[in-house]
Formats: sequence, structure tokens, C-alpha cells
Amino acid sequence: MGRARHPGGDSGGFRQGEDMNQTIARLEEKQLRKGIPRFKAGDTVRVHFQVIEGNRSRIQVFQGTVIKRQGEGARETFTVRKHSFGVGVERTFPVHSPKISKLEVVSVGDVRRAKLYYLRSKVGKKARIREKQQ
Amino acid sequence: MAAILGKKLGMSQLFNEDGERVPVTVIEAGPCTVTQVKTVENDGYAALQIGFGEVKEQRVNKPLAGHFKKAGVSPRRHLAEIRGRDDAEVGDEITVADFEVGQKVKVSGVSRGKGFAGVIKRHGFAGGPGSHGAHFHRAPGSVGASATPSRVFKGLRLPGHMGNRRCTQRGLTVVATDPENNLLMVKGSVPGGTNAVVYIETI
Repeated sequence: MGRARHPGGDSGGFRQGEDMNQTIARLEEKQLRKGIPRFKAGDTVRVHFQVIEGNRSRIQVFQGTVIKRQGEGARETFTVRKHSFGVGVERTFPVHSPKISKLEVVSVGDVRRAKLYYLRSKVGKKARIREKQQ
Repeated sequence: MAAILGKKLGMSQLFNEDGERVPVTVIEAGPCTVTQVKTVENDGYAALQIGFGEVKEQRVNKPLAGHFKKAGVSPRRHLAEIRGRDDAEVGDEITVADFEVGQKVKVSGVSRGKGFAGVIKRHGFAGGPGSHGAHFHRAPGSVGASATPSRVFKGLRLPGHMGNRRCTQRGLTVVATDPENNLLMVKGSVPGGTNAVVYIETI
């Protein structure tokens, strides 16, 4: 018996290591945005996100810690966590969304995990992330 | 009415003009060749028979080979009929150019086989509690009364084979077409797995 091809049911998605159709890969490549700064989980970022209210749009800034990056190609997303009035708030953005007008990396964190879900159960001093020393 | 045969390539997403993500199924649709034109006088109804996908000549049985020879087209793997149309000639090409962005379509195909499935998976029954001394978990329950009618009614939802049958997803929107690469993108999911043959028809 080989490796189980579809763990977790037949959802039809492309898992890591599975071959994606070349036509779809090319299609997604066309949607990739250039000039996105390099960032990973643990970094603090400032996301300038376009919000459309009725027929006018404005830019909303969301600053916080990246707790995960997920997905591949044009479907990649990242989740930013911050504390707002004592409540933890998380927002997920598509990395290649045309609605992100600007993405700034405020600081680079020193973490040992790719997904920082443990931050959800930490508050105050324990929820801090060390900054990477150059 | 536009219709075409295609191959499901898989799912992806596109950003629309508002910057929102739209889940799409990418279908390699056509080019299809008209292999026969059925008319009311000749066949009792009007239809275009279209063929999709190449197949080696030696793999086609003799009756079909003769059919393709008569039409003067190379053998095709899949055939389908577009009912109610006789506005083309044998040998004409049908491509995704017939479809427009924003059109509503229905997509038919053979759904993924799920094997022998119980009533919870197959019919969405609720099932019983998992614990607290319960003896009723995933069973179908009562199938009817006793002496009257002393039989089980036809059509009662019971366990059995699920999937691997033709089904149609209606009301999908065409999000994008790419006539150059014969691609059709519809919003949402369509029956079948990757590489499944699907029939797309405007509503």
C-alpha cells in the first residue's frame, strides 16, 4: 500500500506535493502581484487595505503580527493578529489581493514555528515576539 | 442556445474587478466538431451532434468509425447532442467563443463515486447520539409500519450506491472565457473529478 492519496476526504483541492494542472498554474501565475515584500509568520506588518463603503472607498490600516501564511500561488493568504481594546482580532488577507494598496513590514520576528496559533492563548507580556537580531 | 463539451481541469480562484475573490472551476471546453445535424424531417427532432477529444482510429468500433467517416471528421472520444438547434453544418467547429461572460449556464457530468454509503452521508439523515448509553447511531431507523401496509414503500431513502451518476449543476455564472486556450471559467463547483468530461449549456 502506498501513501494515502487523499487524507481527509475527497475535497478536490491541491495539497502540498500534489501536481496542479499546468493550465491552472499558468492562470494563477498571471494573477500574482509583483513587489510584495518578503515576510513570514512572526513579522509585524502594516496592511493598507481598501474598504469600499457604498460607492466611495477608503484605505484602512491593519497592523499586527502575522500568525500564518497558507496556500500557494494566487490563492495564498496570510493572517494578521492584533489586540484592539483588549480583544484579540484576526484578519485574513489574500497575499495577491488587488485591494491591498500597501504592505509594510514593520519588524521581523524571531520565531521557531510557521504557524503561531499559540499566541491566541497568551496575553500581555507572554504574547510578545522577540525581534530578530541582525 | 450555446452548448459545448469540455474537460474539467480543476478549481482555482480569480480576483474580480472589485478585488474580491471568486471561486472558479476551470474547464477546457472544446473545440468540438459537429458530426451530425439532426432535423425534424429526418430524425423527428432538431439537434446538433458534437464530438470532443481525439481518439485513435483503431480504438473506435466499426459502427462509430463509419459514422465519423460519413461526416468526414476524425474520430472523437465523446459525443453529445445540442437539442433544438440545426443552425450549423457537419464539420463546423464549436468553441468557447459562443459563451459570454456573465451568462448563466448549467453543467452536467458524472459525479464522483462514493461507493456504498449509509443514510447519513447519502440522504443527510441526522443519526443518533454517539454516547450516553445510546444504541442508535447511524442506522436508518424505522422503514414503515407493520401489518398495514406490510411492505416497505418504494422510493424510501435507504443505504446504497452513491455518486457516479450523471447530475447537473444549474445556474452557474460564466466568470471568464479564454478562446485562445479553449478555457471556460464558471463560478462554483461542477460534477466530477479532475479530467471528468462535462457538458456545458446556457440556460
